Amino acid sequence: MIPSKQEFYDALAARHGADNQKKLDGATVAICGLGGLGSNIAICLARAGVGRLILIDFDQVDVTNLHRQQYKINQVGMNKTDALAENLREINPYILIETHQVMITEGNALELTKDADIVCEAFDKAESKAMLVNTILEKAPDRYILSSSGMAGFSDANLITTKRISEKFYLSGDSVSDVNDGIGLISSRVMVCAGHEAHKVLQIIISS
Amino acid sequence: MVFISGKEHEYVNANLSDVLKELNYNKDTIAVEINEEIVPKATYDETVIKDGDVVEVVSFVGGG
Repeated sequence: MIPSKQEFYDALAARHGADNQKKLDGATVAICGLGGLGSNIAICLARAGVGRLILIDFDQVDVTNLHRQQYKINQVGMNKTDALAENLREINPYILIETHQVMITEGNALELTKDADIVCEAFDKAESKAMLVNTILEKAPDRYILSSSGMAGFSDANLITTKRISEKFYLSGDSVSDVNDGIGLISSRVMVCAGHEAHKVLQIIISS
Repeated sequence: MVFISGKEHEYVNANLSDVLKELNYNKDTIAVEINEEIVPKATYDETVIKDGDVVEVVSFVGGG
């Protein structure tokens, strides 16, 4: 039998603390890009009971995603937004999930993330990461922006850290392991980095 | 003396665009803050680094 909303909430409140859970329940987080970073971040946040998630990606699930992204083989070909929303609802059906199946650009990034207290940059390309971080810092300084850079390869997972760059800008990763240097993305190391980004989200929410 | 990404440099009164070029940064893959304030990309050419400034250049690499 599926636990009720109240039972689910009480179980989270018992672990996180009632005050913290209230804050998590009231928070809205936008996840920009639903690949190795974004799909893992979303699952962490849904499990923690973050009340509203805005999921944004233009892409479809591909067989080459399955080694690190939180999709299933029977979801290949589906829009990532739909597939991830489905998976999140199987974990926690009691949060609000909003999806936008669109490519994020300088032109639409502010509008797509306007309701979010915290914006998670979870793209693959360096140019896209820079575009979103610059756009939020320049034009929406009231929002937090969390970003990740440098997580490819088999190097030590302990090299991945989260740094405060400025008041509302945090950066996770090792800053150097570039997928374009011919090193692949490995599920465990990407998940470590996604875990860093998701954990910073939770810290920010409970300390608000 | 100025600080760029934690290292000391002598680029006092230097133009930000010139410094970024000299340090081999790609404008398309960075975000720059001076004293924890974002520098809009459109103003790199007219931004001058002053003595004591703390410049943070976040240079993104691919993967996610």
